[in-house]
Amino acid sequence: MSEMKKIKNLKEFSTSADRFEGANLLCPGCAHSIIVREVLNATNDDLVLAASTGCLEVCTAVYPYTSWDASWIHIGFENGSTAVAGAEAMYKALKTKGRLKQPDRNPKFVAFGGDGASYDIGFQWISGCMERGHNMMYVVLDNEVYANTGGQRSSSTPIGANATTSPAGRVSYGETKNKKDIVAIMGAHNIPYAAQVAPNKWKDMVKKIQHGMEVDGPVFINAVSPCTTEWKFDPKDTMHLTDLATDTLVFPLYEIIDGHELNITYRPKNVIPVEEYLAAQGRFRHLFKDEYKYLIKEWQERVDANWAYLNRREEARV
Amino acid sequence: MAFDKMELRDIEVWDGNFAAAQALRQCQIDVVSAYPITPSTPIVEGYSKFLADNYVEGEFVMVESEHAAMSGCIGASAAGGRVATATSSQGFALMVETLYQASGMRLPIILNVVNRALAAPLNVNGDHADMYLGRDSGWIQFDAYSPQEAYDLNFIAFRVAEDHDVRLPAMVHQDGFMTSHTAQGVYTMDDDTAYSFVGDFKPMNDMLDFEHPVTHGVQTEEDWHYEHKARQHNDLMTKVPAKIEEAFASFEKLTGRKYNQVEQYDMDDADVAVVCMGTSVETAREVATEMREKGIKAGVVGLRVIRPFPFMEIKEALEGIKAIATLDRSSPNGAAGMLFNEIAGALFNSDTKALLSGYVYGLGGRDLTKKHLVDLYTELQGNVDAGKVTTPLQQFIGVRGPKLQFL
Repeated sequence: MSEMKKIKNLKEFSTSADRFEGANLLCPGCAHSIIVREVLNATNDDLVLAASTGCLEVCTAVYPYTSWDASWIHIGFENGSTAVAGAEAMYKALKTKGRLKQPDRNPKFVAFGGDGASYDIGFQWISGCMERGHNMMYVVLDNEVYANTGGQRSSSTPIGANATTSPAGRVSYGETKNKKDIVAIMGAHNIPYAAQVAPNKWKDMVKKIQHGMEVDGPVFINAVSPCTTEWKFDPKDTMHLTDLATDTLVFPLYEIIDGHELNITYRPKNVIPVEEYLAAQGRFRHLFKDEYKYLIKEWQERVDANWAYLNRREEARV
Repeated sequence: MAFDKMELRDIEVWDGNFAAAQALRQCQIDVVSAYPITPSTPIVEGYSKFLADNYVEGEFVMVESEHAAMSGCIGASAAGGRVATATSSQGFALMVETLYQASGMRLPIILNVVNRALAAPLNVNGDHADMYLGRDSGWIQFDAYSPQEAYDLNFIAFRVAEDHDVRLPAMVHQDGFMTSHTAQGVYTMDDDTAYSFVGDFKPMNDMLDFEHPVTHGVQTEEDWHYEHKARQHNDLMTKVPAKIEEAFASFEKLTGRKYNQVEQYDMDDADVAVVCMGTSVETAREVATEMREKGIKAGVVGLRVIRPFPFMEIKEALEGIKAIATLDRSSPNGAAGMLFNEIAGALFNSDTKALLSGYVYGLGGRDLTKKHLVDLYTELQGNVDAGKVTTPLQQFIGVRGPKLQFL
């Protein structure tokens, strides 16, 4: 049986025992550490963790130090998912063979990766893990950019963002491609659970993580992770940015059960115009020039259309 | 559910792939994470069939690429159990990133490599291009020349790799098709005897020991990276050979079959010698015997352990030899062949007066015939008689079109 934490309020949550230490090298204001703590703190069970190469990995396991008080592995950029899948296979083998050292435990297998590692270079590896039905969870720390290598566009980078490989310039508004809809793609693997989460809505997130840890089979989580360095906002505003992301519906919070049952899990009381989300970030500053203002209008239309699409799916149970 | 044991005849007729699959069954691998590629596919197919028939207990993870296959092996091995897989050629090339990661993380994974050419042009047949690609990856590399050796060397590989003083992954090579798909008589061990040679897997720094969490695969920059790499290399060079010798000796005691890091044939009084690997060693041995009938004192040196390279044993085997030919079955692409360089390196500071010449042969599965080797030994004797190398430094055996050579 899984042992999930019963958390009533934020104070209780913030003071619960950590298996991810505050001693790490992540930027001040980085949302990664907040998300990781929220994931790990959802359970009291043992953990087998992996990280793909990226900000989280290079900032938390620099020899001879580690920020992880749980078994943890990093192999490369593309294979954090498969690292955990291999460990999960070994767990099953040793369980069958009666060779587990602590046979009464109920470990959870969780891999973390950035959007570069997940939307791009590790996409095939994650798809393989989801398709094969490993009992594991994959969590994307989605900051919409290759932050660890200094701000190159990924297939998660949204239209109009200024990235070092899709820079805004005299004749360019920056990134020209739409963000890949990875939750829909992973949901289409007909896995038991796929969800989008945000660290500001911690109750929603913990509920989803706990549900994901309780189901038998692969689980995919996409977590919005505002990046103070590349999105260009004041480190103290991380949670404000996350609020804007969820309440403008740029990052709607929902879940997909068994590939077809979509539930919207957060409906903002007051939906904020997308323009406010864009205006809060340096990466979109150039969109406020007269010649690019049409892009802000298009942004709003895209977000509205996506919200309508999610609502239609929820209503139709597809 | 306990697994069933398999009754084997004393001698079975197996090809190299099935011999390797049987060895994996008898070692009771906990996890095989694999992706199919010609000509190595039957090894992992064999394991999955043994699993389906309850002749082994474990998990077979059929992944979506060779990179994922080795990634899964790394995760499984770090979790704490016995792990193996197989690949060839392009699959091996796709794995290369993870090969370095596996050895750097000191994980004792066994990889059966059924040697095959590397594209382009695409080719499914045996040469040693993939084997050569692995030689700087930090793995131990054993070379089998026959199905019997593919069977035996798997047990030896597990025993050495999993030793807590070693903790390095190992490859067992065999030639694509020539060994992997050619059935021969193989002396078997019964299941209990075979398993007792490798013994139970003894985990170390296993992720599944929840009382002792571990961190695998850390970041090190200029402050520590060099120490890790240097120590890994030093362990390969100084600790591994003794462990291999120990495993060879125990295996001989158990089965009567004797292995050496460098396999010598008629080398005691030889004037001329061929150094080669894989199935060519057997062909060269036949021809060497025939050359002796013609009055040429010919010998053969086969490399059994490619990494760590057995410098002392090579030096010893080639002591007093007058002319040596190295046979590289991989295009050096802009240098002398690997064997040429390694042999030259091993002999350079010795008292050798040997005349060394290099040959490239058999690319993409082109046959090396006895006639080729007769000509080669004759050339070596010509060098001995002339007291100098009369042939080019590098020649190509059996290539069509104009003669290609270098220097």
